[in-house]
Parts: sequence; structure tokens; C-alpha cells
Amino acid sequence: MMGPLVPQEIIGADWNLFIAFVVGIGFGFILEQAGFSSSRKLAGVFYGYDTVVLKVFFGGAVTAMLGLLFFSLFGWIDLELVYINPTYLWPAIVGGIIMGVGFIAGGFCPGVSISAIAIGKIDGIVFLAGIFIGIFGFAEAYPLLEDFYMSGDMGSPKLNEMLGLSGGFFGFLVIIAALIMFWLGDLAEKKFPRKEY
Amino acid sequence: MKTKYMNPYLAGVLLGLVLLMAFFFSGRGLGASGAVKSTIVSIVSTVAPEHAANSPFYSKYIGEGKSPMKSWLVFEILGVLVGGFLSGALAGRLKLKIEHFPGISANRRLVFALIGGLFFGFGSQLGRGCASGAALTGMSVLSLGGFITMATMFGTAFVLAYFFRKNWI
Repeated sequence: MMGPLVPQEIIGADWNLFIAFVVGIGFGFILEQAGFSSSRKLAGVFYGYDTVVLKVFFGGAVTAMLGLLFFSLFGWIDLELVYINPTYLWPAIVGGIIMGVGFIAGGFCPGVSISAIAIGKIDGIVFLAGIFIGIFGFAEAYPLLEDFYMSGDMGSPKLNEMLGLSGGFFGFLVIIAALIMFWLGDLAEKKFPRKEY
Repeated sequence: MKTKYMNPYLAGVLLGLVLLMAFFFSGRGLGASGAVKSTIVSIVSTVAPEHAANSPFYSKYIGEGKSPMKSWLVFEILGVLVGGFLSGALAGRLKLKIEHFPGISANRRLVFALIGGLFFGFGSQLGRGCASGAALTGMSVLSLGGFITMATMFGTAFVLAYFFRKNWI
């Protein structure tokens, strides 16, 4: 049986929302277990006193990336049917910068704010209210922003293909990069000790 | 130092496996901001149907046979609420509170949380996804855009950390 299952109708589309719910439970459980429901833990990465974000985020990305590469190699998943985020160069850069401001100001990102709300963090609820206002503002201003939103359309390129590298070799480089970052994270935590909260 | 939280490397691997499960079953990754977008589209198209139909933004998501709340991300986020609650209940962390660095007031924390959310919401639309949808999921499918969003988001936060330091340390 070769994945992805729903797009090939091996599992009925009716099940898709149920799968989304189950995946969400796993996602929320792990975020909370890792301590992502605390904005002070999340912001720690930017001051060196707690680098849990770096480790969980890159650990997750590397694991899923390797999983997809191996599944594809074993013939367990057809990568052609997996959604690849499209790249619109300029809005991706500007959007990333604006989100960076939101990250250091708010101490959350949207997904983790939901897990914070789930355990009763009022600052998480206020952050979510901010997200609503921000997206509503974007939606209302969309006629003015549409040209920029659609600018720099590059299709859905993969970084390894642009660099002329195979997925496997590029994945290997990403793993090395992640290991170096984990090591730097540990160094930072030793240099900037924290209190547990 | 002993911590009450899960080992971050174990949490990272488990997070990756959940993401892999989403890819294997649904052919897509995780997300968060898209669920808020769907909720806003539903509210606006209910409260002001004419405005929604005439807007180039809302009209993309409404119309014949389209129901914005029956979306993958909306159900995933409902799951995140349940999963987060279960974890908090098991760990004894369920508590209504405003968490903030002791050096600042609770009100200051809330003001910055609101501003942060506002920026994150707006930016997530330009970036076509937030930290989970664009950066985490995008990187694991090796999408160029995913790496760009990850680098600019974390890079900007690092650059600005000095100016926001009084809020956190």
C-alpha cells in the first residue's frame, strides 16, 4: 500500500477530517509536553537560556524530511502527490520578517499559542486575538496587497533541485546543520543558565 | 538541570513522526494560521455575505459546495486543543494564568502578546503559512519557500531580540 492514502482514494475523503483531528491531537500533545505552551521557554532561544525551540523544531523537520526520503526510497509514498509549498519569493521574505517581529514580541507562534490556550494561558488567548486581527486586516487590505502577494512566483521549487543536489545528499547536509545547531544550543544554555519555571 | 518537560530531542522525533503521519495519510503537512483564516472567512461570509462575495480575498474560499470550516486545518487545530489539554492534565499544568517574565507587568505581557499575534497573523498571510505550515512543513518537503520563511522568521527575531530583551530577561 503506497501513500499518501487519501489523495489516491485508498482511504475515503470522508476520513480526511478525522485524520486531521487525530494528527492535531498528537501535534498539540507533543507541543505541550515539550514546553511550547510557555512563551518564556520559546523566547529563550533568542537569548540562549533555553533552546528547546531549536531542538524540537529542527528535530521534527529533520525526522519528517528523512521519513519522506526513506518512504519514497522504499516505495511507500509517492512524493509527487505530497503537497509542496509554493514559493513566491518577495512575500515569503517580507512575511517571514513580519512573523519574526511577531515571534519576539509575542513569544508564541500560532500553533503553539493554541496548545498554550489548551492549558489555560491567558496570554495565549490574547495572542490568538491578535492573529485574528492581523489576518482580518490582511483580508480587508487584500485588494491593495494582491500584486505584492503574487510577486516573485517561482512555482514549487525544492531547494536541493535548485542547488543541483539529490534529495538524499541534501538531507545529509541538513542533518549536519541541525547537529551543529544542537551543539550551539547546548553551549548557549551552559553560558546563559536559567531557572526552571 | 532537571526539567518537568519532555526531552527536546525525543519531542522533536515524535513531532516529526506526527508530521510524517500527516504526509502519509493526507499528503499534506501541519499548519495553524490557516484555521484562523477559515474561521474569519466563515464569520465574514455569514455577517456580511455581500462584502465577502465581492472581496477578492474571501471569494476564493466561499461559494458553491465550499465550506470553509470543513477544512483539514480547522479539524487539526481542534485536535491541537484536545492534545494540549490532555498533556497539560497529565502533567498537572492546567491553570488559568498570564505567564510573564517577573520583571514586567502582566498587562505589558498582554499588550505585547496582542501585538505579536497581530504581526504573526498578518505575516502568515504574506508567507502563505506560519511557523508550522510554511517553515516546519515546508522545510521537511525541502521547499525553497519553507527555508526562506524559516530563515527570515528566526533571523528577524534574533536581530530584534536585543530591543525586546527587557520583556524576557
